[in-house]
Amino acid sequence: MTSTGEAVQFWVLAVIAVGGALGMLLMKKAVHSALCLAATMLSLAVCYLAQGAVFLGVVQIVVYTGAIMMLFLFVVMLVGVSSEDSLKEQLKGQRVAAVLCGVGFGVLLIAGLANAKLSHFTGLSEANAEGNVQGLAKLIFTKYVWAFEVTGALLITAAIGAMVLTHREKIRERLTQRQLAAQRVKDNIQVPPLPAPGVYARHNAVDIPALLPDGTVAEDSVMSTLRERGQIRDVSQEMLQRMAELEEATADWLGRPSSARPQVAGPRQALETVPTPTKEEAE
Amino acid sequence: MNSLIPLLVAAPLAGAALLLLGGRALDRFGHWIATALAALSFAFGLALFADMLGRDAEHRAVVERLYTWIPVDGFQADISFQLDQLSIVFVLLITGVGSLIHLYSVGYMAHDERRRRFFGYLNLFLAAMLILVLADNYLLLYVGWEGVGLASYLLIGFWQHKPSAATAAKKAFIVNRVGDMGLSVAIMLMFAEFGSFAFGPVFGAAGDASQGKLTAIALMLLLAACGKSAQVPLQSWLGDAMEGPTPVSALIHAATMVTAGVYLITRSAAIFNLAPDAQTAVVVVGAVTLVFGAIVGCAKDDIKKALAGSTMSQIGYMIMAAGLGPIGYAFAIMHLVTHGFFKAGLFLGAGSVMHGMNDEVNMRHYGGLRKYMPVTFWTFLLGTGALIGFPLLSGFWSKDKIIDAAFAKGGAEGWILGLCALTGAVITAFYMTRVVLLTFFGEKRWQPDGDGNLPHPHESPKTMTIPMIVLAFGSVFAGGLFTLGSSFLNFLEPVTGHQEGHPPFNSYVVSVIATVCMLAGVGLAYVMYGRGPVPVKAPVGSLLTRAARRDLLQDDFNHAVLVRPGSALAATLVWFDSKGLDGFVNGLAAAIGGLSGRLRRIQTGYVRTYALSMFGGTLVLVASTLLMRSV
Amino acid sequence: MNPVNYLYLAALLFTIGASGVLIRRNAIVLFMCVELMLNASNLALVTFSRLHGNLDGQILAFFTMVVAAAEVVVGLAIIVSIFRTRHSASVDDSNLMKL
Repeated sequence: MTSTGEAVQFWVLAVIAVGGALGMLLMKKAVHSALCLAATMLSLAVCYLAQGAVFLGVVQIVVYTGAIMMLFLFVVMLVGVSSEDSLKEQLKGQRVAAVLCGVGFGVLLIAGLANAKLSHFTGLSEANAEGNVQGLAKLIFTKYVWAFEVTGALLITAAIGAMVLTHREKIRERLTQRQLAAQRVKDNIQVPPLPAPGVYARHNAVDIPALLPDGTVAEDSVMSTLRERGQIRDVSQEMLQRMAELEEATADWLGRPSSARPQVAGPRQALETVPTPTKEEAE
Repeated sequence: MNSLIPLLVAAPLAGAALLLLGGRALDRFGHWIATALAALSFAFGLALFADMLGRDAEHRAVVERLYTWIPVDGFQADISFQLDQLSIVFVLLITGVGSLIHLYSVGYMAHDERRRRFFGYLNLFLAAMLILVLADNYLLLYVGWEGVGLASYLLIGFWQHKPSAATAAKKAFIVNRVGDMGLSVAIMLMFAEFGSFAFGPVFGAAGDASQGKLTAIALMLLLAACGKSAQVPLQSWLGDAMEGPTPVSALIHAATMVTAGVYLITRSAAIFNLAPDAQTAVVVVGAVTLVFGAIVGCAKDDIKKALAGSTMSQIGYMIMAAGLGPIGYAFAIMHLVTHGFFKAGLFLGAGSVMHGMNDEVNMRHYGGLRKYMPVTFWTFLLGTGALIGFPLLSGFWSKDKIIDAAFAKGGAEGWILGLCALTGAVITAFYMTRVVLLTFFGEKRWQPDGDGNLPHPHESPKTMTIPMIVLAFGSVFAGGLFTLGSSFLNFLEPVTGHQEGHPPFNSYVVSVIATVCMLAGVGLAYVMYGRGPVPVKAPVGSLLTRAARRDLLQDDFNHAVLVRPGSALAATLVWFDSKGLDGFVNGLAAAIGGLSGRLRRIQTGYVRTYALSMFGGTLVLVASTLLMRSV
Repeated sequence: MNPVNYLYLAALLFTIGASGVLIRRNAIVLFMCVELMLNASNLALVTFSRLHGNLDGQILAFFTMVVAAAEVVVGLAIIVSIFRTRHSASVDDSNLMKL
């Protein structure tokens, strides 16, 4: 049996770990999932430390939480921070089956463990007599030296693989500013600069499109990445609404009859954002 | 000298190979090569004949063994040629008449663009026939037998662009195949019975075999002979075979092919002599065919088909003679040789007439041609005279002997056969006179051909008339020459054996009766066709005439008895195959296909579905492991 | 407390990770779930090491971490390149393998 302190620590950590895992599972946004997972990993690191695996605990924090999870975050940023999973399940019965399988599997595992009669445990005090790191080092460089060397090859391969996968072949010379300008004139589609976003300057502006004189949105004003992700926040409706309210208030104050009041433009079509390239187009 | 024997075969075979493989380069002179090689083969034959005559009778038969074809323990097939008196007669007939027909074809086929190929086939025909008559065992004979079947198929269907020719070739081949089946069964029976199929051992051991076995072998050989020699019931191909070019008809009817059956029976005399039942069958077949063919010959308006009916009938004479046993073998062969001369001459004459008449074959559209084609007319007339047994011409001698022998058979059998033969003689005289009258006498009944041109009959070129003249000489003198001092009989006797027949009356009486019969036939024909105008369109005629025009309903019979049930059987099997077997197989395929189509849905392409199935599988694995543990 | 509780925790985390793989569609989250499963097994290994009183389990967990690191590098590279071509990080959009 372990000490009471460890028991307390375990229960606290277990709650955090399971909570983090469930959070990762249930959070809609990838960033939140990543952060939840990081919490789980940290609590696991503490579990490792508590169980005498000092080296692993530190490695868990430094490598896993520090490096791998950051890598995850980088990729999440690259792919789109706020791109959310739609909650609608597309595969029929997938969710139910997954939950059933998960529950069944968990029950089986736990039942199996419960039947395993693991009451006795040796503890690591003997194995860790020379220190955990020294013990591990002795094993790694004697018994597991071959596996260790192979791991090196594996890491090299993975590094090269990642580079190859993300490498983009440059097939033509990069166009200079002059060439681009000339091309723009030649194409004669959009000769002057694109409109700047956020004319109202009421927001963080970049994802808010400029409004044209008739109150419609100038989609060109939003950068293409945001457009592709569909992350345009249209405020035109809000503005028009407030304009209408202002007109109304003015009319009330002036005591005009309803017939004399200026007509506010009726509700417009909802903003149609530039559709992201769909599957068909990509193909 | 014996080494010439293989060269006999090799010469035409080489010609066939050269012409068929040589390509267009040989188009201009290939036919002369073929003719020269046929003539060379004839020259070899003559040399061997002279050499043979130089030896005494006992030593005339020689065997030239080339090599062992199939050397297996207990089964040895040799490529080995046997040249004896019987073979040399056939060799000379085949190569001699064959060479003349080659020469004739040079003129006849002058305008055919596939002439080279035609001559290649002709040479192949000769080579196959020579193998057939020179073989010293039945297996090699079978090779020649099949070769003859192949060559006849190729030649009858030579104008393959005509559907009728293609059909006729196919018919000849298939009907022959029935006969070939008989020969192959006979060979198997022989091997089972005697352990060999070489002539020597088989004939030597024939005396020890049981009567039933011998009869079975002999009947199978008879079946084979019926197929090749166009005897009832396998005669239906011969009339249609007229679709081939006329020289082919001449070759088939005179020198090769149809003579093979007679040769086979004569060669197998040792077996037939010991199987009297089979001999009776042979005689019956011969007698029936000789009347049958003659009747058919009367009704045909197609000059070649009339001649074809005549061939059938004459071969019937030979087969009947061969069936009579030792009293008839030599006469069968003698008639075969004389028939070879005059029938070849007649066919070449018919070809010559057709050549001048824009390939018209209907005799009712001829008439009055004797002034326009004198050579053809006279050679044809001599051939006709020989065929109907005009006194002192070839046919007279040989046919008289057969009628003699038929009566000599003795008893009721002899009388029936003799009367059959005499009836045949009457009818033969009738239809041949009819052919001559319709073709060369009377008024012109020429009809415009398909392009509207009236024919301009003319005498054929020298290459065609010379063979006809030579054959006419043979038709006139061969019979007398053979009979003079019984030279032919004595020559053949060591091979076929001979036994003097004792007809119920003197043979001179028979000759007189036969001549009277012949004259009766001629007179009847003159009364019917020579005195008044001949209608251009055939009258409807009596029931017999109409039946005879349809080959005495042979094709209808075959169609009803063989083709229709065969088709029905095939249709049933097709139905069973498509509905039963295919149904099962297709059903299985459809079931698997449908199942696969369902299973395919599992492959959604969604990674998560696959992950789910993996996870589910793991679940099952873990569950079963735990279960096994707990049990 | 019995250290077996760590094993229960590991089983629970593993199950959650596995369910996540089945439920989530975002490839990155899916990857995180895989990582969670690996971590759960690591925890189990460390616990086993403690139960048996030798360090082999920890060595195995160490190798697992190395392999996981390699896997993450390659996997994320794949995700990035898929995103580049298909403008989507959803695994359901990459279903070209279906018939």
